[in-house]
Amino acid sequence: MTSENQKPVEHPLAPLSKAVVVGASSGIGEAIARKLAKEGYQVALLARRTERLVKVAEEINGLAGEPLAFFYEHDVRDFDQIKPIFQTVLKEFKTIDLLVYNSGIMNSVGISEFDAAKDHEMIDVNLKGAISWLSEAAVLFEQMGKGKIVGISSVAGDRGRVANPGYNTSKAGFSTYLEALRNRLSRKGIHVLTVKPGYVDTDLLPADLGPFPAAAPEKIAKDVWRAIKRRKQVIYTPWWWRYILLIVEHIPSFVFRRMSF
Amino acid sequence: MADYPLPNERLFRLENFGHSISRPGFLYRPTHPEQVSELFELANKNDLKIALRGAGRSYGDAALNGGGLVIDFQRMNRILDWNPETGVITIEPGVTIEQLWRYTLEDGWWSPVTPGTMAPTIGGCLGANVHGKNNWKTGTIGEHVLSFDAVLPNGKKITCTPKKNKQLFYGIISGMGLLGVFTSITLQLKRVYSGNLTVRAWAEPNLNRVLSATDEEKHNDYIVAWIDATAGGRGLGRGQMHSANYLKEGEDREYNHSLYSPNQDVPDTIMGLVPKSVVHKFMRLAFNNLAMRGVNSAKYWMNRTIGNHKTYLQSLVAFTYLLDYVPNWELGYGRGGLIQYQSFLPKETAEDTYREMLKLCKRRRIPSYLGVVKRHREDNFLFSHAVDGFSMALDFKVTNRNRKRLIKLTSELDQIVLAGGGKFYFAKDSSITAEVVRAYLGEKTVKSFLKLKEEVDPQGILQSDLYQRCFGE
Repeated sequence: MTSENQKPVEHPLAPLSKAVVVGASSGIGEAIARKLAKEGYQVALLARRTERLVKVAEEINGLAGEPLAFFYEHDVRDFDQIKPIFQTVLKEFKTIDLLVYNSGIMNSVGISEFDAAKDHEMIDVNLKGAISWLSEAAVLFEQMGKGKIVGISSVAGDRGRVANPGYNTSKAGFSTYLEALRNRLSRKGIHVLTVKPGYVDTDLLPADLGPFPAAAPEKIAKDVWRAIKRRKQVIYTPWWWRYILLIVEHIPSFVFRRMSF
Repeated sequence: MADYPLPNERLFRLENFGHSISRPGFLYRPTHPEQVSELFELANKNDLKIALRGAGRSYGDAALNGGGLVIDFQRMNRILDWNPETGVITIEPGVTIEQLWRYTLEDGWWSPVTPGTMAPTIGGCLGANVHGKNNWKTGTIGEHVLSFDAVLPNGKKITCTPKKNKQLFYGIISGMGLLGVFTSITLQLKRVYSGNLTVRAWAEPNLNRVLSATDEEKHNDYIVAWIDATAGGRGLGRGQMHSANYLKEGEDREYNHSLYSPNQDVPDTIMGLVPKSVVHKFMRLAFNNLAMRGVNSAKYWMNRTIGNHKTYLQSLVAFTYLLDYVPNWELGYGRGGLIQYQSFLPKETAEDTYREMLKLCKRRRIPSYLGVVKRHREDNFLFSHAVDGFSMALDFKVTNRNRKRLIKLTSELDQIVLAGGGKFYFAKDSSITAEVVRAYLGEKTVKSFLKLKEEVDPQGILQSDLYQRCFGE
């Protein structure tokens, strides 16, 4: 399940920073993992698809010239497994300084399709998995009096649209959860960052983007890293999505109801 | 006592004594030996690692286990048997040095070996096999153990004496909690006829004089030197000596008063005014290179002039537990905390080596704010740190600015110590690597330790952070 690589011996006075990226096999998660490794983090990569994780880990380690990336096969819907896996990573990494929750799915639903099973699945992955992972991290970070939590939510959580109610709900829930977590934890010295990407060139990218270009995952990772360093609370990425959403949020309901957007 | 996954309510931030290293750990505080066995079983079943922790007074990472289990013995602190006629006491490992002397001093018994603070547990003291300011005379604390019971990680319970289970006796004592857990310890204490010592203080102008005085004054019961590690040039290694002797039978006519434990308590205010508990906050202001140079110089010149060649009576506690004189003094080092670098050098090479080390610290602009020199002799324990020679302990402030340079400095010092045939001490160390450990302990010792560990701990569950650093691949 885990990689066999020997962890480097660290000096007690200068331990490496340690990050966990949940949902790291592709897209934004993979890009963030690469970025963190580049910045000197030791990273735990978690996802369902082991073959891809192995590849990502190998590439990171090859580039770094030392074993920085370690992988753990995990499906976030196995809620019972989250605590033991968290404890396994904690034990092997000795501590955790940063947790990125990136796992997310978007089931395609028709405009008049109401499939509760599809929606439940999105809630499980995008929200319930997140709550389970972030809860573990919150307990640890609160004890340590430091730590960073990064939640990859979405602009889709800012408004409920006709296209995908389940997805919107999962992301709205996640954004709200992150905000509440921030209010609880910032007074304990913990940084909680909400990331709201627009369209990104990943597996989740819908077929119809409208007039908006899709950003590269590397661009998102770069923005996220900068936001971590600057202790931002909420970021839209690329930046101009903030203004798109500002407009979208202010479209009155009687108009929004009639839009196919 | 516990299930896997481990409950979040057991998760705590744990630190070294110097507050320079912090790691999360699942902390268990058993009250009975059976609970220790249960935790061993849990660890064996779930591939968990355990570090043992007493009062958390190790300077390095000996009692830390990042992300793993930590067993804290402070609640296993019962005194099981006491014979005031013979001075033989049987205790649980969580009994502290303070608890011990408060219990036995009234009957005229004192720990024959004791470190500079009364906070540690006896279990911790034995794990590190600590010494005192009388190491060359009475050896380490392990030499005063008559027997102990232990639980091994493989589940076995054994009794060890210097004759029975000899290898484990000399291994578990000094073994840094990597071979087994003490469940009861029987110690032979030392008869004292007064709660006071005759102490003599005098100054010595340089390292050569400090070392020779430490050697020449070996006939005393205790001998220790404070050195001003900030001084350079001709005054390099200058310092103040303290020798102390027990009073003989009949010398203290009011022995019943001086042996009464409340009379040993040092005042908790300075000049009856400033509470000592706040002193560390003011110390912070002075803990920088410039001010510490002034403080050290002032202390030296005071000792050289008005305090020179004074003989006086001092209570056992005030003399022995100097580190407890200002509570929480280590917090004076600020947010980054401190580390101590203690090295043990044979008497032939000590002077040259220490001179080189002190010079290097000055050259690197990381002077030690406190230096202490003691006289030692060899012992038979597995992880023996003592040599027939001297030790010098240097306290260094850790800051984010000096962190990298300090790490480099300590690794340079390691090489100087090794070149002088020196040794290190796990109770204090927070920086040596596995290579340095092999070099100073010798391949043979490391091999016999690993073999012993394989026997008693086949799954390797006793693994502190120190173990992984010093004995990892």
